[in-house]
Amino acid sequence: MGTAWLFLIPGVALFATFVLGPLIFSFRISFYDWNIINSGDSIWVGLENYARALGDPIFRRAVLNTAAYALVTVPAQIALGLGVAVLLNQAIRGKSLFRVLYYLPVITPWVIVSLIFEFIFIGQGGLANYFLKDVLHVTDQNIRWLADPILTFVPIFLLGIWKGVGWTAIIALAGLQAIPRELHEASSVDGASPWARFRYITLPLMRPTLVFLTVVLTIGGFNAYISNLLITNGGDPLDKTHFILTLMYEATFTRLDFGYGAAISYLLMFFVLVMSIFQIQLLRRRVEL
Amino acid sequence: MTISPRTRSRAARAFVYALLILGVVIVTLPFWYTVVTSLKPQAFVFEIPPRLWPSPATISNYVEALTKENFGLYFLNSLFVATVATGLTVVIAAMMAYAFARLEFPGKEVIFYGLLLGMMIPPVMLIIPQFIIAKNLHLLDSLTGLIVVYISMNLSVQTFLLRGFFEGIPKSLEEAALIDGASQWVIFRRIALPLVRPGLAVVAIFTFLYSWDEFPWAHVAIKETSKRTLPIGIALFQSAHLTEWGQVFAASIVAIVPVVIVFAVFQRHFIRGDVGSGMKG
Repeated sequence: MGTAWLFLIPGVALFATFVLGPLIFSFRISFYDWNIINSGDSIWVGLENYARALGDPIFRRAVLNTAAYALVTVPAQIALGLGVAVLLNQAIRGKSLFRVLYYLPVITPWVIVSLIFEFIFIGQGGLANYFLKDVLHVTDQNIRWLADPILTFVPIFLLGIWKGVGWTAIIALAGLQAIPRELHEASSVDGASPWARFRYITLPLMRPTLVFLTVVLTIGGFNAYISNLLITNGGDPLDKTHFILTLMYEATFTRLDFGYGAAISYLLMFFVLVMSIFQIQLLRRRVEL
Repeated sequence: MTISPRTRSRAARAFVYALLILGVVIVTLPFWYTVVTSLKPQAFVFEIPPRLWPSPATISNYVEALTKENFGLYFLNSLFVATVATGLTVVIAAMMAYAFARLEFPGKEVIFYGLLLGMMIPPVMLIIPQFIIAKNLHLLDSLTGLIVVYISMNLSVQTFLLRGFFEGIPKSLEEAALIDGASQWVIFRRIALPLVRPGLAVVAIFTFLYSWDEFPWAHVAIKETSKRTLPIGIALFQSAHLTEWGQVFAASIVAIVPVVIVFAVFQRHFIRGDVGSGMKG
């Protein structure tokens, strides 16, 4: 019994100091007008930080932006990732090469891919505008993607989808491979078309994987941060383009309003928790129908 | 007119390849454009029409980035932080996972569920208190401060993962050693650890990728130029020199190489199963 603690102490000590402790500490900070220089001088304000956030139009806009990001990028990643997984599950050559290539965006640091997308969407001389204006002729002047409070989300959303498809595909592929081959063979003998087999065999059996992907990708979507920070400089123009976390970051480390930042982060965790439970309930229930 | 099944299956296969290759082109085009831009002289970065082949080509961006700018130093900092964090995470997570899988102690379930809580917390929400704690422990502006946080942030998932691997080992091996009078530490070290090597590889991959990629904590904790890691160095360089994309991308390409190597070497271990679960980058 004494030995067990020798195995546990290093990990438990680190986890308690840098994860569990901060989690509790942060909760406490969220009820104070926190003084960073001398924490003893912090003033208890009760729920005021929370009330301020919920009443703040910039925060509300950030919640909408983040929700829109999740709403667009999660289904897109699942649809495309599932498509890639179905293709990779066929008897083809070069499977591991394809897997590595599709996985390339996943392993590339967020900072780098964010800068790549910013560069592609630059107004003057960017690849995206060249393609739309001079190749496809769908517009006759350069679109100023990065200066517009709505259009700036085009590169951010596309980046989110592009970076996540490889991961989604690998998880979906593992789910596909767990489906017994005999089921497909039997139904194909019975004359079911490939689409019917996908719709009535693959999809229902993939439900646990799809639930998992929806929940994990939504959590990831609500925690999106770096792409927005680099592409919009954290909220430009006029604080209209924030995500929840870029706003939290700005409140905390630019305005040094630690209590407000902590309240925002707890609101985020609350959203994410409620949403995960809701999604799991909803998607599970459909299985029984 | 009838189409033979053979022709049809050949056409279907060609269609599968065509779609896969189209996907690969879309996925890799931004990388290709990055490489091409990193090889263009500054005057050609915004050439119209933009060319997907660098002509003229130059390696001067790489030379500038690695010598005049501090990217060489940032690279070494990143390499040091990622390597040490990975090594220590593998050891510490394996020890904890072994205790949860094989040893009995009071409060086992409570501690394990406490640890699982760590998998559900959005990492950025811990930054505020982590900053205050690190400040009190004098860990700001130090690579050690990055390492301890990276290990801590990875412990939940990796312990959870390795526990499964340890539970998959037949108990008889350890029982035989126990009868021979070996201590738990010796059994862990000599018998159990070598048997979970594939699991350790997965832990190594994910911790390395995480530490190499991590931006928010390093951005907050490091202010001193000489202690920056690559993501911070690249982001700050870009915001200070808005137009020098050639150098930004030269540094970026250099920063991508190690993760591609680590991934290519270890990928067969993790693609086999769904062990990527819950470890999204």
